[in-house]
Amino acid sequence: MGEIDLGLVNWSRAQFALTAMYHWLFVPLTLGLSFLCAFFETIYVRTGKEEWKHLTKFWMTLFGINFAIGIATGIILEFQFGTNWSNYSWMVGDIFGAPLAIEGIVAFFLEATFFAVMFFGWNRVSKGFHLFSTWMVAVGSNLSALWILVANGWMQHPVGMQFNPETVRFEMQNFWEVLFSPVAVAKFTHTTSASFIVGSLFVITVSSWYLLKGRHLLMAKRSILVASVFGLLSFFYVSLTGDESAYSNAWTQPMKLAAYEGLYDGERPADIVALGILNPAKRPGDDRQPFLFEIKIPYLLSVLANRSVDSFVPGINDLLYGNEAEGLVGIDKKIERGRIAVADLAAYKEAKAADDTAAAAAALARFEQNSEFLGHGYLEKPEDAVPPVQTSFYSFHIMVFLALFFGFICAAYLYYTMKDTIEQKRWLLPFGISSFFVALTASQAGWVTAEVGRQPWAIQDMLPVGMATSNLATGNVIATFWIFAALFTLLLLAEIKIMLSQIKKGPEGAK
Amino acid sequence: MTIWSYPIRIFRFYRDGFAAMTVGRTLWKLIFIKLFIMFAVLKVFFFPDFLTTRFDTDEQRAGYVLEQITNGAANQDERRNSHGRD
Repeated sequence: MGEIDLGLVNWSRAQFALTAMYHWLFVPLTLGLSFLCAFFETIYVRTGKEEWKHLTKFWMTLFGINFAIGIATGIILEFQFGTNWSNYSWMVGDIFGAPLAIEGIVAFFLEATFFAVMFFGWNRVSKGFHLFSTWMVAVGSNLSALWILVANGWMQHPVGMQFNPETVRFEMQNFWEVLFSPVAVAKFTHTTSASFIVGSLFVITVSSWYLLKGRHLLMAKRSILVASVFGLLSFFYVSLTGDESAYSNAWTQPMKLAAYEGLYDGERPADIVALGILNPAKRPGDDRQPFLFEIKIPYLLSVLANRSVDSFVPGINDLLYGNEAEGLVGIDKKIERGRIAVADLAAYKEAKAADDTAAAAAALARFEQNSEFLGHGYLEKPEDAVPPVQTSFYSFHIMVFLALFFGFICAAYLYYTMKDTIEQKRWLLPFGISSFFVALTASQAGWVTAEVGRQPWAIQDMLPVGMATSNLATGNVIATFWIFAALFTLLLLAEIKIMLSQIKKGPEGAK
Repeated sequence: MTIWSYPIRIFRFYRDGFAAMTVGRTLWKLIFIKLFIMFAVLKVFFFPDFLTTRFDTDEQRAGYVLEQITNGAANQDERRNSHGRD
């Protein structure tokens, strides 16, 4: 690991990462628990049993606490776009405007309208309409996530757009291509299904605590039954969406895939490192061994990346320095063409300023020939195109291993709950209690893999992070970093305090 | 029941709902304090829109961003190396 550069770019990065990670403590629980509340209430409406109503109201109260504390924490990210990332903000305004506007409208009408019925409407609207409102809150919350994830997917794989040098903006050419980009679809399905697991494990954690304390046993077991079924189904689904995500990485962001697999030299067929310790001294292009210790599964990386047992998977060195046999162009060639694109863009700017229409048109025509390499023109050397390998590798593997733990927890809880012996399995309950915190760790690790793995790009191949920032005083960014750290820590402490107090009260305190 | 009774019923629905809240009251207070800090303090004093506050027209903003990305390497180095610049 190199020395950490504490310049403006990295402080802006750190601030964005801090706010996004705190925001992401609240969001997955909202996405997952909203559906569980809908399931619980559906059972109440179908059976007519009052115990299910009390149970639903209890989990809805915890959902409300999390929603209230977490609400608007994402707005701070939008503040940062305008202040710290103004170049980026300006350039993507045309792409992000539509999805984020839809998100705002959907969130307002679906969540705000039906949220009130969900909380205030017990005994005041019909059972059917109340249930419908609860489902709409769940669907609305998850649809809100769709739009921001589509925007994120576009940054990872910019499609359906064209760069317009006149407005200096990436302009949307095809909305549907942006919406149904395979990266956006994989991102949405993987993120929401992972959040369903977080919600399920939250229910298992709280219920396990009740079982351990010998309180609210019936409510706890019923909650566990529903949560473990939902959690287990989501576990299978998240495995499929995770596979799809890696598959899309293989052809849209092969450097990211190589980094989180710790693959320096391409292989045919490629094995996957299931468990390993990276050699911290290893650098691209050197002869050192990449791993100090590794356990490999043969062929699996080829299957994961290309759906083919004996296919070639490029490593960091192949992507950096090129591999003629496999038809891979090195980053140095892309840097050359990117620099030409930047120079032609500068020539266009000067010609336009001089009102020389012919020269501007000629510069623009030359720019178009290399525009797909624009971002590479800002890289100093090929190695700048490599993301932090250690962070990518470990965060990815932590996520995958913890996901296996969730499968085990949900399966074990489902089995013993169906046998009605779950409260006797004292060895299992502490695992259940810890599972929600482990799930949050995995969820954060997933985002670290996705975002660190795509460095140095703010927009893949088009705009590096270093060019996306505003030219601000670093001191301002440092000051606001610490303000956010304090504000979010206070909010988190408030959530923990209110949540714990409500959990201690149990279902009787749910209003 | 006339169409005019609906706004009154909706108003009562919300009023009674808010009145019956227990933990919800604490949460609303928290939401309002949070929104106040975000919009009246952070947004105003710490997060002005960089381009909007410096330029009057979209053309000027586009010109500034074009300048930034065409002097790419120089601008990027400046950002990278601005250790604690005030």
